[in-house]
Amino acid sequence: MKPTDTSNPDYFHKVVDCQWACPAHTDVPEYIRLIAQGRFSDAYIENRKSNVFPGILGRVCDRPCEPACRRRRVEDTPVAICRLKRVAADHRDDIRDRLPQAASRNNGKRVALIGAGCASLTVANDLRPLGYEITIFEALDATGGLMRSNIPRFRLPPKVLDEEIDYILDMGVDLKLNHRIDSMRELLDEGFDAVFVGTGAPRGKNLEIPGRYDSDNIHIGIEWLESVAFDHIDSIGKNVLIIGVGNTAMDCCRTSLRLGANDVKVMARKPRGFFKASDWELEDAEEENVEILVNHSPKNFLIEKGKLVGMTFELMEYKIDEAGRIDRGTVTGEKVIPCDDVILAIGQDNAFPWIERDIGIEFNEWECPIVDEETMMCGRDGVFFGGDSAFGPKNIIWAVAHGHEAAISIHKYCQNESLQDRLPVGVNLASQKMGMHEWSYSNDYDPAARRLMPHVDLKERFKKLDIEVELGFTIEQTIQEVERCLNCDIQTVFAAKLCIECDACIDICPVNCLTITENGDEADLRARLSAPAENHDQALYVSDDLPHTSRVMVKDEDLCVHCGLCAERCPTGAWDMQKSTVLIPYATDEAADEQLQPAAPAA
Amino acid sequence: MSYIRKPAVSHPKLARNKLGLTARDYEGTVSTLCAGCGHDSVTAAIIRAVFELNIEPHMLAKMSGIGCSSKTPAYFVSQSHGFNSVHGRMPSVTTGASAANRTLTYIGVSGDGDSLSIGVGQFVHAIRRNLNMCYIIENNGVYGLTKGQFSASADIGSKPKKGLPNQQEPIDAVSTALSLGATYIARGFSGDKEQLIPLIQGALMHDGFALVDVISPCVTFNDHEGSTKSYKHTRQFYHHVVDADFVPPAEEIRAAYKEGSAMPIELHDGSKIVLRKIDQNYDPTSRARSFKFLRDHVNAGEITTGLLYINEERKEMHDLMGNIDTPLSEYPLEKLHPGNGELKKILSRYR
Repeated sequence: MKPTDTSNPDYFHKVVDCQWACPAHTDVPEYIRLIAQGRFSDAYIENRKSNVFPGILGRVCDRPCEPACRRRRVEDTPVAICRLKRVAADHRDDIRDRLPQAASRNNGKRVALIGAGCASLTVANDLRPLGYEITIFEALDATGGLMRSNIPRFRLPPKVLDEEIDYILDMGVDLKLNHRIDSMRELLDEGFDAVFVGTGAPRGKNLEIPGRYDSDNIHIGIEWLESVAFDHIDSIGKNVLIIGVGNTAMDCCRTSLRLGANDVKVMARKPRGFFKASDWELEDAEEENVEILVNHSPKNFLIEKGKLVGMTFELMEYKIDEAGRIDRGTVTGEKVIPCDDVILAIGQDNAFPWIERDIGIEFNEWECPIVDEETMMCGRDGVFFGGDSAFGPKNIIWAVAHGHEAAISIHKYCQNESLQDRLPVGVNLASQKMGMHEWSYSNDYDPAARRLMPHVDLKERFKKLDIEVELGFTIEQTIQEVERCLNCDIQTVFAAKLCIECDACIDICPVNCLTITENGDEADLRARLSAPAENHDQALYVSDDLPHTSRVMVKDEDLCVHCGLCAERCPTGAWDMQKSTVLIPYATDEAADEQLQPAAPAA
Repeated sequence: MSYIRKPAVSHPKLARNKLGLTARDYEGTVSTLCAGCGHDSVTAAIIRAVFELNIEPHMLAKMSGIGCSSKTPAYFVSQSHGFNSVHGRMPSVTTGASAANRTLTYIGVSGDGDSLSIGVGQFVHAIRRNLNMCYIIENNGVYGLTKGQFSASADIGSKPKKGLPNQQEPIDAVSTALSLGATYIARGFSGDKEQLIPLIQGALMHDGFALVDVISPCVTFNDHEGSTKSYKHTRQFYHHVVDADFVPPAEEIRAAYKEGSAMPIELHDGSKIVLRKIDQNYDPTSRARSFKFLRDHVNAGEITTGLLYINEERKEMHDLMGNIDTPLSEYPLEKLHPGNGELKKILSRYR
């Protein structure tokens, strides 16, 4: 193999699995270290830089970082990254003077944001400091988009939501609530310099089977959740069936329990392992005694005398092949399950009935606009998309990531710069050696197991709809959990020319990730390292030829616990532990200094 | 030295031996030697060798004297027996231990100072007795613990970090052992574990005195330009003459060897050592020719490595003396101690 090109910023970024997996690339190990030092406000600000809503995401993020966490490969469970984010948010001081400031004067450019959800708010957050005038159009009576309408209050308290949204609105945003945009053409005629669409994927999928329209007790999940959120619905029948096992289904079943249902069943068409819901949301629902019935495919609704009395399901059997793929299944029988209400939570679609089809915005077969994945601009210049409205339903953290990219594009578009000519991602490396045997980070491997989130008592929590179930980590739990982080951003950096091939690093490495050997191609090298290197998603770090024998040092990045013992035992400093800081450009980085003139602090 | 503990975490797919143990189970405490010391690498090779031989930790005894080298038994197989003796006296303590219990596997770790200076008398007599042990010399040519004075194995002309080059004739452990009639003589290099591990395995399984002289650079006092025991010098003048593959008992020889180049030698327990001659002029079973070959290469400044001499014919100490197999601690006291009457009878025979 050729020597690894560590000057490519992606190389060390990928080693930080959590940060790489996060669409917004939050610097997870850095903020966990700040929490470990009790610097909660600093940790909050570090989070906010990239993900804008740490308090919200610390509760309801989809957490792509956690399945990616290296700790999960070394032992079983990942670091409770999301819970720690909430710790930073819960314990922060008043940080308002550290937030981005609106520019002292506007730059004369007007940007319209449609929808007051996380994508639009991120765009506003990034563009106000540059002096853009922002107008947000929101169809509902409140901000927050799905964060408010679809996520139940027992998971995300309105106070948390309001606080973080206000941080952005306080920069001076023209917010027009109850202002549904019915025509894109008309909006474009108003002469905005750019328009951003962050309207989400607002249409819940329907289930066209017999009996669907014969009862008022059949609801569409996201619409029903919205009605509950805005107090239009405050009760439900005793026996409720939820169709679908995604995260919306989990919110529906748990909300039902709080509105008077006492028997809630989640009906899954496929077996476990093929559910769309996140593991932790399934766990939380099952803790509340929600029953999940697998292999039940809906056939029809049973209506007696105009009243919904149950549903008929086909019982399914599936074959799963060696690659883990499931077949279409065969029907082995039928079963009737009685119920009073049914909630359909089988997915969401994009819907843009308000965008005319002759104004240069093109749509694909799924009603998704055709949007450039880098610039977030659609076929019509000056119109940008982000969040679920861009590429279909994803999650909050993706919407934030889209918002950041769209903000850069809007800025460049308004300044007549090329949208493609963006600042590249960079990486900075800094040695963490403090003295003979001193490193700047806590590198001792703590074998403690993942801490479990304490919950409100099972009886207590159902008394009201807005009792937040998760209590947040205690200080003791936080102290333990931060030490579980492996500090993957403290990189092992190798200088071949200094190596004397004494084997000290290889002998001390607790997880056998180092080998000095003759070079070969990747498949060959992977087969003859100190320990099997079977995870092909993780790179081999191959050095230049070593000076004494022309062999190479090979490091399998897969299981490195970043303990620093290789550097500690290296007599020549060929190994060093260096902190990698991934430099992600935002709109403010793209702006010239004179465009960034924060308002003078209020006297 | 390091202050960081080696984390208890290990690779989830770490290999297990026949006892169900991983190599990590054969570790000791973290080394307090200088970072980059050759001795740590030898320790790692010993761990690997013992792990692969499926030796039960409680059936191993680690013996040592004084010196950097003699600290190393603390760094491997924590669950075994051990004795850290007086400077240079490891061979006689091992003789005593072995006399009392010949069922243990004895591994002695010594250095060039411990074996070739203060303990040279002990060293030669252990060979003469053909004491059944694996005797490792971690050879770096200097006294590391006393800050780098030349030892008895320093080569003529080798330069110290400060001061004048060495003028005195070195004692070569390998030639010495060969002249004294040792039955298993090998030389390795701490920087070449692929060669070293089977050499140690053969030495552990050999019946009789097995010497493994390991060039093990002192990274602090003897790894500079002009030193003849540095990593760089050793690699440059490395002359690999015979490779040895260790094949455990009841296992077939699986590797493919070229006709005429491989020479299997069966050990007493049924295991085999397959010698692979890299230098065709070398015959590791002829004491006389080996001696000449080694001296010629010493004179040429080359470091001859590999399994240099093996003799499976000579009896080890216990067999020479006709000793019993049972450890004395397990032997009934009445048999061990014949009683006053019997003793008097025996003594009367010499009056």
